[in-house]
Amino acid sequence: MGDLAIRCEGIAKQYRIGQRESYRSLRDTLTDAITAPIRRVRAALQGSDSGSTGGPATIWALEAVSFEVRQGEVLGIIGRNGAGKSTLLKILSRITWPTRGSADIYGRVGSLLEVGTGFHPELTGRENVYLNGAILGMKKAEIARKFDEIVSFAELESFIDTPVKRYSSGMYMRLAFAVAAHIQTEILIVDEVLAVGDAQFQKKCLGKMDEAARHGRTVLFVSHNMLVLQKLCTAGIVLDSGTVVSQGRIGSCVHYYSQLSESRQDLTAATALDGSMAIKTVRILDEEGEPTGTWLYGRRLIVEVDASVGVPCQHLALDITFYTSEGQRLFGLQSDVLNGRTAYDAGLHTVRFEIENPGLTVPEMYLDVGLRTQGVGYEAMLPCAGYLVLKGYVPPHAHNLNLITPSASAVWSQAVQGG
Amino acid sequence: MATLSGEALRLEPQVPVVAPVAALPHVAIRPARGWIALDLGELWQYRELLLFLIWRDIKVRYKQTALGAAWAILQPVFSMVVFSLFFGRLAKVPSDGIPYPVFAYCALLPWQLFAYALTESSNSVVANERLISKVYFPRLVIPLAGVLAGLVDFAIAFSVLILLMLRYGIVPTATIATLPLFVLLAVLTALAVGLWLSALNVQYRDVRYTVGFLTQIWLFLSPVAYPSSLVPERWRPLYGLNPMAGVVEGFRWALVGKTPPPGAMLAVSVVMVLLLLAGGLFYFRRMENSFADVI
Repeated sequence: MGDLAIRCEGIAKQYRIGQRESYRSLRDTLTDAITAPIRRVRAALQGSDSGSTGGPATIWALEAVSFEVRQGEVLGIIGRNGAGKSTLLKILSRITWPTRGSADIYGRVGSLLEVGTGFHPELTGRENVYLNGAILGMKKAEIARKFDEIVSFAELESFIDTPVKRYSSGMYMRLAFAVAAHIQTEILIVDEVLAVGDAQFQKKCLGKMDEAARHGRTVLFVSHNMLVLQKLCTAGIVLDSGTVVSQGRIGSCVHYYSQLSESRQDLTAATALDGSMAIKTVRILDEEGEPTGTWLYGRRLIVEVDASVGVPCQHLALDITFYTSEGQRLFGLQSDVLNGRTAYDAGLHTVRFEIENPGLTVPEMYLDVGLRTQGVGYEAMLPCAGYLVLKGYVPPHAHNLNLITPSASAVWSQAVQGG
Repeated sequence: MATLSGEALRLEPQVPVVAPVAALPHVAIRPARGWIALDLGELWQYRELLLFLIWRDIKVRYKQTALGAAWAILQPVFSMVVFSLFFGRLAKVPSDGIPYPVFAYCALLPWQLFAYALTESSNSVVANERLISKVYFPRLVIPLAGVLAGLVDFAIAFSVLILLMLRYGIVPTATIATLPLFVLLAVLTALAVGLWLSALNVQYRDVRYTVGFLTQIWLFLSPVAYPSSLVPERWRPLYGLNPMAGVVEGFRWALVGKTPPPGAMLAVSVVMVLLLLAGGLFYFRRMENSFADVI
């Protein structure tokens, strides 16, 4: 066992969700208009911590997370959408601060929460490599030294002086990942960024990760792909609703996680978080509106979700994500992307997704449902999710799993108050 | 300090470690409370990133605009022509014995630098939202890059001044040696105000709409179109509370050397800038821990 690389002690993070209560009358509006600036200025001067004292609804994205990572260890972080994985990575990357608890990191940290951060479409590939490298914390001389290696890894030798706005999305992602793959810090924090490019490029990316691990670097790795996790990682932690529910060897973590998923198989009523938001029921229906467990090729699947919202939200969306039984993400649908609306009143809502079968070679799928809210820009996934299995469906031909974007629609309707 | 869950873990560090952990940089992550130290040393470590961001801003702007660098000249030159015509020729605003076009252009140079730097830095944090929510670096780099990018336009526009002074046969005196100090003061003024506004802009997007209005009003509060000698002598130190008054008059004095040195007014301006800057730096550092959550 190597020396300590990362130690987290009781890390907790609180987010505010929702927004101010809706205005009732002109008088309220005026009173609020007069008092709000004073309140807000006071809040601004007191800093962000004042959010915890009453007012808008708050959620704990993480609650007392403690773990240690030794140098040279590759730790897989497992958990469903909204379990707190991204928040944890953001805290360890020093992008956001914990509300409570502490963490100590020994070594330089390179964090890849997203590939291609800071890429500018007007700049050429070459210029973006330098810019992105600098943003990721590399020195100019270091980038210059690795430049040829980066370009050949991305397989973009002949396009390197073309503005990246002319790149295909695949080329763009390859270049972005190539820069990221050449960071030489002792510690690497990697969010699910490996799902880029075609299968061959993904293999190459995984190879690079494997190489990093074999060279004794410490890696924190988030993925939904259980096979990849088992292949790359030595240890793991499983997060659920912001707490560590299991930690130890990666094999036992993956096993624990699949058990966690199993136990939720027939869950249709997901838990409310703090009473302010809840997913009540999830219905999976065929085109005729009958409950179904199969999704035949050429047919549409209807997913209806009843959700209750305790406070009016300016930025609210419902996400559904499909996974294979191994935990690999197939595709996700977001209500805000599909219908362009995000502002909703408090009350009981029904969201109806109609999805064309994209034609998949997957015998079994899991469905993950989550409410996503972005208050005054607060991003938090509510971990109220249900896992459901769709069985026995026969697709005609194979598809690249990363290119699936089935045509779908989302209709959001609200029940009459008190009805 | 440590939470209860840390009890079990605390036994670990007491075991002597074989390889010195101290050789690796140690980062302590703690909840952000109260005022945070400026940590200018860390800012210095990220100087390459600062240069890259400045380079990006300039490059992108010149690539996206049809006239490119010509904008840096067109704006002050057109302003100078309009000012000369309406204030100089028609309204007969005094110009301290300097030909009015030179008088106006000497002031428009630092003014444009200030206005550009202020606008860029005020919007910088919100404009770089993606970076802030995905990558760690000292956040101060962002408004600083916004301010410093204005220096390139300034240098380009400066070339016109040389032509203008040749045209009117004005030879600069020894006072021109002090010009860099006034450039620095203009940059610091923009940075000081930009720091406040960029941090406020994250919480209240109203700031974005305020900046245009603010620079407009500020232009008329500064001795750009008129000399500060219009202000009664005893009120001039008070006038210096507007730091741009000191900057603009300082520029004229340094470049042409005919106007009296700004004196007390300049001293007040310098103190004002330093106060605003210190406040802005600490306020920005205080607010930056919530940027990623709020933006």
